[in-house]
Amino acid sequence: MTAAAARPASVPPLPSGGPVEIVPGVHWIGAFDPGLRSFDTLMKTANGTSYNAYAVRGSAGVAVIDTVHADHAEAFFARLEAVARYDEITQIVLNHLEPDHSGALPELLRRAPQAEIRLSPRGLPILRALLRDAFEAARILPVTTGAEADLGGRRLRFLTTPNVHWPDTQCSYLVEEGILFTCDLLGSHYCDERLFDDRVGDFRFAMDHYFDRLMRPFRSFVTQALDLIEPLELSVIAPSHGPVLRTDPRGYLGRYRRLAGPRSAPGPDRTLAILYISAHGATARLAQAIRDGAAGEPGVRVSLFDLEGGELHPFLDLIEEVDGIALGTPTINGDAVRAIWELLAMLVDIETRGKLGAAFGSYGWSGEAVRQVEARLQGLKMRLPEPGLKVKLNPAEEDLEEARAFGRRLAAHLTGRAPPREVDLADLASR
Amino acid sequence: MEKATLTFTDVAITVNVPPGSRIIEMSEKVGSGITYGCREGECGTCVTHILEGSEHLSDPSALELRVLSENMAGKDDRLACQCRVLSGAVKVRPG
Ligand SMILES: Cc1cc2nc3c(=O)[nH]c(=O)nc-3n(C[C@H](O)[C@H](O)[C@H](O)COP(=O)(O)O)c2cc1C
Ligand code: FES
Ligand SMILES: [Fe+2]
Ligand SMILES: [Fe+2]
Repeated sequence: MTAAAARPASVPPLPSGGPVEIVPGVHWIGAFDPGLRSFDTLMKTANGTSYNAYAVRGSAGVAVIDTVHADHAEAFFARLEAVARYDEITQIVLNHLEPDHSGALPELLRRAPQAEIRLSPRGLPILRALLRDAFEAARILPVTTGAEADLGGRRLRFLTTPNVHWPDTQCSYLVEEGILFTCDLLGSHYCDERLFDDRVGDFRFAMDHYFDRLMRPFRSFVTQALDLIEPLELSVIAPSHGPVLRTDPRGYLGRYRRLAGPRSAPGPDRTLAILYISAHGATARLAQAIRDGAAGEPGVRVSLFDLEGGELHPFLDLIEEVDGIALGTPTINGDAVRAIWELLAMLVDIETRGKLGAAFGSYGWSGEAVRQVEARLQGLKMRLPEPGLKVKLNPAEEDLEEARAFGRRLAAHLTGRAPPREVDLADLASR
Repeated sequence: MEKATLTFTDVAITVNVPPGSRIIEMSEKVGSGITYGCREGECGTCVTHILEGSEHLSDPSALELRVLSENMAGKDDRLACQCRVLSGAVKVRPG
């Protein structure tokens, strides 16, 4: 969060109203941040955001679900105090530990030390670092899908939904009321004190943009989360940012399904995209030969693009859908070409884990670029079954034949027909 | 010296390794999608699924057991930066 630095001085704070009832005994106790203009360094927030926290009252006690950014703790505690005494709090549910939701947690724990903390097991190492000395004294109960907390006449049931967008993320479901607390999932950076989706301004753009910037890199995990959520009976979706969704909650799930799903139905073939840039045509000739080799293999659809001829952003959509990419770049001034780096930098915005990656390129004397690209592809958690292809200056016919063979091998790895290989550890050192 | 092999199915390669090698020492070199963060058995980034030969791996330390459990890893999952291949044939893929 770069909250303070990104806040324009001209935005007046919203009137600090009280808690907002969602249904009897369930209150919004969050905070509005209309001045926020940049979130997580990842996106702009043109009309700010809200940090939504909730209090749920049962006959045996009160559960607090998430807190707010530390800068807004005062508003949060004021709203909490309007609906509960601290000694009534039996549960603190931490659906996600990012500072925008855990900022008021240390103080809340000082005021309600008796409360039990419920969080996903993957939140434990983060909570340990967050609470430091207070961790050992806290009453912490890791929960996984299906576990319940009894509030007296009301139950919170937990759903482990990791990696949307931190390892620790989970959802909590108030069974009797059909209210699902999703934390960042299904949120919007959209600040409107009218709170409910049927009362606020048009936030559809904000919800889609939020998905694109925060959830898209985790779309397979979003899909897994939706698999858990969809069978639930839902009257309200209560996320941690933006409007509370009480009008046709299932419609929002459908929207997320579409956003997280493939752009078009995948065909039967595996897909390989070859993208290159070339100063004098040598890398371009390698790219063409790799294409010819790969395209000759059954079951693989190959496409070839010159990065010089396109805007980079649409290539993200392409790469998100394909099974493998091969990136070609000459070595220029001891480095890969800038357009390749720009594309590689953008790949963090999509899910690349497990895709096949490969690098190739022509060089004059040192040839660093191919290895540099491979290192970045590995950083993106792609698998690189074939060591990169490097050719000195203009490829000769035998180099082009090697490039075609390289293409055939990449295709075979995509279809699962690659012959198994055996190597000694010593031979690997040269890779 | 006893022979040990480690197969990375996601890149279809088997490496003949000196007994006692850690998976992480080979996974990057062969281009496997098994990646790492801390390399110290803390972050859980290197969770690896053992397809065959888990009996040929060193026993998990208390730290590895805690990190595996906090990451909700399955019973056939190990940390590539922690466990060592002692002998025989082990087959793995990214977790
Ligand atoms: C959107 C987002 C994604 C993050 N992803 C990672 C990650 O993949 N690995 C990691 O170690 N920390 C990750 N973090 C945690 C940050 O590195 C951590 O919160 C850090 O303290 C932020 O530093 P800052 O206050 O200088 O921004 C992520 C944080 C955010 C906001
Ligand atoms: S790399 Fe962090 S646990 Fe292995
Ligand atoms: Fe978050
Ligand atoms: Fe958030």
